[in-house]
Amino acid sequence: MNIHEYQAKELFEKFGVATPKGKVADTAEEARAAAAELGDEIVVKAQVHAGGRGKGTFKNGFQGGVHLVKNADEAADVASKMLGQTLVTHQTGEEGKLVSKIMVADAVDIEKEYYLAILMDRESRSPVIVASTEGGVNIEDVAENTPDKIFNEVIHPLLGLQPYEIRNLASKLGFAGDTAKQFAKLLKGLYQLFMSCDCSMVEVNPLVTTPDGNVLALDAKFDFDDNALYRHPEIAELHDPTEEDPREVEAAKFDLNYIGLDGNIACLVNGAGLAMATMDIIKQSGGEPANFLDVGGGATQEQVRNAFKIILSDPNVKGILVNIFGGIMDCDVIAKGIVAACGEVDLSIPLVVRLEGNNVEAGKATLASSDVDLIPADTLADAAQKAVAAIA
Amino acid sequence: MAILVDENTKILIQGITGSFGGRHAQLSLDYGTQLVAGVTPGKGGQKFADTVPIFDTVGDAVSETGATVSAIFVPPPFAGDAILEAVDAGVDLVVAITEGIPVMDMMKVRAAMKDSGARLIGPNCPGIVTPGTGENSHGGCRIGIAPGYIHKRGKVGVVSRSGTLTYEAVYQLTSLGLGQSTCVGIGGDPINGTSHLDVLKMFNDDPETEAIIMIGEIGGTAEEEAAEWAKENCDKPIAGFIAGATAPPGRRMGHAGAIVSGGKGTAEAKIAAMRDAGIEVAENPSDMGDALVRAMG
Ligand SMILES: Nc1ncnc2c1ncn2[C@@H]1O[C@H](COP(=O)(O)OP(=O)(O)O)[C@@H](O)[C@H]1O
Ligand SMILES: [Mg+2]
Repeated sequence: MNIHEYQAKELFEKFGVATPKGKVADTAEEARAAAAELGDEIVVKAQVHAGGRGKGTFKNGFQGGVHLVKNADEAADVASKMLGQTLVTHQTGEEGKLVSKIMVADAVDIEKEYYLAILMDRESRSPVIVASTEGGVNIEDVAENTPDKIFNEVIHPLLGLQPYEIRNLASKLGFAGDTAKQFAKLLKGLYQLFMSCDCSMVEVNPLVTTPDGNVLALDAKFDFDDNALYRHPEIAELHDPTEEDPREVEAAKFDLNYIGLDGNIACLVNGAGLAMATMDIIKQSGGEPANFLDVGGGATQEQVRNAFKIILSDPNVKGILVNIFGGIMDCDVIAKGIVAACGEVDLSIPLVVRLEGNNVEAGKATLASSDVDLIPADTLADAAQKAVAAIA
Repeated sequence: MAILVDENTKILIQGITGSFGGRHAQLSLDYGTQLVAGVTPGKGGQKFADTVPIFDTVGDAVSETGATVSAIFVPPPFAGDAILEAVDAGVDLVVAITEGIPVMDMMKVRAAMKDSGARLIGPNCPGIVTPGTGENSHGGCRIGIAPGYIHKRGKVGVVSRSGTLTYEAVYQLTSLGLGQSTCVGIGGDPINGTSHLDVLKMFNDDPETEAIIMIGEIGGTAEEEAAEWAKENCDKPIAGFIAGATAPPGRRMGHAGAIVSGGKGTAEAKIAAMRDAGIEVAENPSDMGDALVRAMG
């Protein structure tokens, strides 16, 4: 799960990570009032779950999702140009993201921009701190062009962040004296935040130094481990479903794992690995998968019905491929569920069904004898070819 | 001999009184597996299916029954603790079926297990099956949630991250008359106990295993590492398959570990590494069994 920058700022404050003062607003008037309480250098920032806002463009032509302004009137003016508009950045895709909140914050006199992140690294099975002297830019580009400017510290999973590891990083980033001390405090707070909130990633880009020697976090991107949200209700509350594909939000309500894609052959599969493999074979057979959809181990009638509804809400979908490996579950029960679900959603596009596993002969007989107009298939390859042919 | 477990292995199940755990405990009993104990705190003294004694602690279960393997069916918030309890009680192998354990918990569990000598398979995995020699492979050791009857005792080792895709592969093998020595589901989480490489090494050392099928998916670099090792060290024919060639970068495909990020973990890179190691890569998921036949020449 991701959160907005203004929400991240509250977490920063709670954990002692230095960050400029700021406030969220969802109207231009609120932005004016909030800006009036700040200094005379102010920044207005669009709040969306995507990076690259600074270099982004609104669909109305307005340039940049991060603006420096001098006073409350200017802040209100910029806010009115952002709110209700769609911001496109290199991370949002062409469709962009609707801005329904902005944040006004004290603008900081930046001496230099750095990069600082903590992530859960699967290879070392440890938290890894990543820092760079090249901040404010895309870290993937830095990794590509100047990998020697990126520094990593692998943290012991049980011992946690050690003082020498902080000193190592401070020295590599060129911090000394009071600046190094401020960096140490900020990093300790960030690490504590990372661990105690079950983050999978925290990214501060940029971390900045100011001419008077202060160290501050100017941006924040968070990714939380969804599996751990049960023990952080206050973070789970920060979830903003408007940032997600509404179909994915709907699917989650029924314990379905759905991800929308660009193609026109929808698939409904039990198991994530088999679901990916089904997408692959559709593509290989000359079709384009419209989605990833894992119904989990069960594939009950209710799940299939809800899955069909979600699939059919995608106007691009021209055909459906159902692929169920009924290992433990009886294929005949699954077949009856599919037939019943078809009746409930009034299907008008081709449906290819491939069942395999426990009691499959009875399942196939049920499909064959039903009134529902479906195309039975034997192997996965057969199913994919039939689905592609059916929509041609 | 198979790997990890055989028909004589004594197993216990933590979480045997839950509906999911209980259902699969019964299926393992039906399969002929030596399920000797269950553990549910507070339910010690009861019996599962009128035959299997239930204990309050894994320590009691191990000392009373001699179980050497524990299967974890405990809900995610308590699963990390359950794994550590099993390790502390001295089992050789823990198979964690539970899906949805926080990554932080698994990170700490892995670090704490480092010098224990116990092995962890999973979490978020279908488990292990060493098929038996009876009808529908009855009499084997089934730990976890895989359908036992699709197996057949034989000479192919199967290792995979996912559940139903593994069943698909096993089903194809059995349909071709190719039995399995052991099938291991290592799970779809980013931090797991046993890697493709670990299992490949075990199959390579197992006299009963004559060929291997390795099924992977996008995310991480475990398949690449296994392929690289196999190139120099594995003397048995291997077939492979990678799921997720069509998955867009940055999107998690169901499994927490199945994500292409920072240019790492793509299907192309994994397939290239496999081909470079002389592994016969299946053209598509329908071709897994045939790919193994080609690999065996
Ligand atoms: N409070 C601030 N004061 C001064 N400059 C800022 C402030 N916040 C952001 N900036 C500048 O704007 C750039 C982009 O803002 P940032 O928050 O990083 O958004 P994004 O990464 O989405 O583009 C930063 O690299 C920094 O140079
Ligand atoms: Mg930024």
